[in-house]
Amino acid sequence: MTTEPTSTDACLDGSMPLSAERDIVACRQLVRKLTQELKFSLVDQTKMITAASELSRNTIVYGQGGVMRWQIVSEGARTGLRLVFEDEGPGIPDIDLALTDGWTSGTGMGIGLSGSRRLVNDFELRTVVGQGTSVTITRWR
Amino acid sequence: MDRIPILKMGRYLLVTIQVDLLDQTALALQDDLSERIAATAAQGVLIDISALEIVDSFVGRILASISGISAIMGATLVVVGMQPAVAITLVELGLSLDGVRTALDVERGMALLNADGASRSDH
Repeated sequence: MTTEPTSTDACLDGSMPLSAERDIVACRQLVRKLTQELKFSLVDQTKMITAASELSRNTIVYGQGGVMRWQIVSEGARTGLRLVFEDEGPGIPDIDLALTDGWTSGTGMGIGLSGSRRLVNDFELRTVVGQGTSVTITRWR
Repeated sequence: MDRIPILKMGRYLLVTIQVDLLDQTALALQDDLSERIAATAAQGVLIDISALEIVDSFVGRILASISGISAIMGATLVVVGMQPAVAITLVELGLSLDGVRTALDVERGMALLNADGASRSDH
């Protein structure tokens, strides 16, 4: 497990386990609370919560469980929320394919990964076959 | 696991989703609705999602699937009450909910079902 680069201005962070389906709901509730505290607009809240819902389900269903780390980050005058979804599952053999709309390895519609990328400002996917996957998303206020 | 209640109103079935949906709860709704459509020969199904704060690809898929199942069983599905922020997010996510009929609120959804029923009896 790698240490995430921490912003010097970071004031708050935390994590929650993602192991069962019920954790998807808990994850959405946590992200709702954080985006509300950060005074995101309703549309921005909805986008971040939806992205978190997609990615937490991926972590649980495809990554065999893992963790979500969250961090309130600032860069200059702007503040944002960064979420990292980490698992030690099978990894993704073909990232380009996984990020293609309509491609799925499971039972979803195949837009979870590509779609959640469109809902955030920054998106970073790191994966090693056999070792796991980490998806980092940031949305600025 | 919570199950979402399905109300029968004349020829229609009415569902109001008021909880933050577990995936299993959404799947159970699909099964329960299919059975209720068969048992009641309902002509229309109205699902009110105005209390839902997000619709992700899983719930979107279930709604599309319920729409398809309903159509095959002779019932029209109308999804009503989607919040504007949810609609904006859905489109950006890439979900168009193809084939799912929608209306702004329960009243307009009912009007859609009634118009559908009227055109059926004309033929």
